[in-house]
Amino acid sequence: MTTAPTPQKIILNTTINGQEHQLLIAPHHSLLETLREAAGLTGVKEGCNDGNCGACTVSLDGRIVDSCLVLGAEAEGKQVQTVEGIAPDGQTLHPLQQAFLEEAALQCGICTPGFLVAAKALLDSEPDADEDRIRLWLAGNLCRCTGYDKIIRAVQKAQG
Amino acid sequence: MHPFQYLAPTSVAEAVDALARYGDRARALAGGTDILVQTRTGRFDLDAVVDVKRVPELTALALGEDGLSIGAAVPCHRIYEDAEIAGLYPGLIDAASLIGGIQIQSRASLGGNLCNASPSADGICPLIVHYAQAHTAGPNGRRSTPVEEFCLAPGQTVLGTGEFLVSIELPRPPAGFGAAYQRFIPRNEMDIAVVGVGSSLTLNAAGDRIEAARVALAAVGPTPILAQAAGDSLVGKAPSIDAFREAGELAADAARPISDMRGDVNFRKELVRVLTRRTLTTALERAQS
Ligand SMILES: Cc1cc2nc3c(=O)[nH]c(=O)nc-3n(C[C@H](O)[C@H](O)[C@H](O)COP(=O)(O)OP(=O)(O)OC[C@H]3O[C@@H](n4cnc5c(N)ncnc54)[C@H](O)[C@@H]3O)c2cc1C
Ligand code: FES
Ligand code: FES
Repeated sequence: MTTAPTPQKIILNTTINGQEHQLLIAPHHSLLETLREAAGLTGVKEGCNDGNCGACTVSLDGRIVDSCLVLGAEAEGKQVQTVEGIAPDGQTLHPLQQAFLEEAALQCGICTPGFLVAAKALLDSEPDADEDRIRLWLAGNLCRCTGYDKIIRAVQKAQG
Repeated sequence: MHPFQYLAPTSVAEAVDALARYGDRARALAGGTDILVQTRTGRFDLDAVVDVKRVPELTALALGEDGLSIGAAVPCHRIYEDAEIAGLYPGLIDAASLIGGIQIQSRASLGGNLCNASPSADGICPLIVHYAQAHTAGPNGRRSTPVEEFCLAPGQTVLGTGEFLVSIELPRPPAGFGAAYQRFIPRNEMDIAVVGVGSSLTLNAAGDRIEAARVALAAVGPTPILAQAAGDSLVGKAPSIDAFREAGELAADAARPISDMRGDVNFRKELVRVLTRRTLTTALERAQS
């Protein structure tokens, strides 16, 4: 069978961290590649590129997803939130970010943006989540450095 | 990865056209949690990916008098977050809430789980014990297939060229019905089943006799297995741990496991016995409550 010609790029209209974007992307590119390469948002990280590590976690229409397992094209008309959009005014850290610093909940930092986006989604919908719930919610985020306890403590600290 | 086109049809007819046009050079995209991994690892070399989520029927979730209709692309979280569905279809909820983590459950569908036809899929056995039917559409029109007949081999289903899954329909459970799904994994979350077992039973009005029962097994054969003899052995009996144990023996007889790094044949058969007994016990508790 002859191979089809390389598909043309497509125009993606999507809202990222509250701002409308029009991006030219390859149709087979993931949302992760779209955010990092087309939108220049390098806060979102690639760990495994297969859905296991959660480093690429972003929020898509209010639900957390692994952006490596979403096509950029699927974000057409949707709301995307990345770690860059977490701090309320770009100056003050979000309570979760502050707590991660204070509790030393990061070492190399690769996993941190994913943990922050995931933890924020939990605290937004379930501010009183207990430790078991926090651990279950974050089971899709891996960290090879901290051993998790500090991350859990930081999330609990951010609950106030 | 081979670059592919992204197509997003908005009707069943358009989706059939798109899939038929590209034949085996195209595949449907629901939540993408299997297909995007598989295109990257080279299992599929595609010219087009057909996103079925813009077809309204594919994302509809409707509970009615007759039962539950789950659009083929409805993500797991929508199923377990609905309290009424959770009450009626407990076996389904067990599966929807253990597939992957929260990020995966935002996207992964039971339809994708079924069409992916993995022997270790967690979603298929619960559908079987809830007596589900798969509704498909293709160039020759629409048809329905009982879920236990849908998978033919690892990664292979009854779907023909241009045909795709539209919805999964589960009849409304009668009074006295209970179901459960459990799997064995060496971790707490995020792992592939070494063995999974789904069970369901229906009690008579007095609650002292079993009128119908099903047991289905995951990861112990090339496809999920409906262990007919195990379910049938319970019919007409009073629910008891001895009856559940006997059903577990018959389920282990029906299992055709292989030995691999996750477990050997004897270990897997023992897991079938244990999980059959446990899921029947949970199904009974749910039937009684
Ligand atoms: C980190 C991780 C953890 C996971 N954990 C589990 C787990 O615990 N248990 C488990 O069972 N699975 C697990 N999976 C596998 C996967 O998430 C599930 O199989 C999921 O249900 C697939 O659904 P989807 O909607 O994402 O399917 P997709 O990836 O979109 O599709 C899966 C397959 O079905 C085909 N398909 C999809 N929809 C249709 C349709 N309507 N008609 C015809 N064909 C269709 C696709 O072409 C593809 O071949 C995991 C995956 C990852 C990445
Ligand atoms: S990079 Fe997406 S889950 Fe690891
Ligand atoms: S801080 Fe290094 S992986 Fe988490």
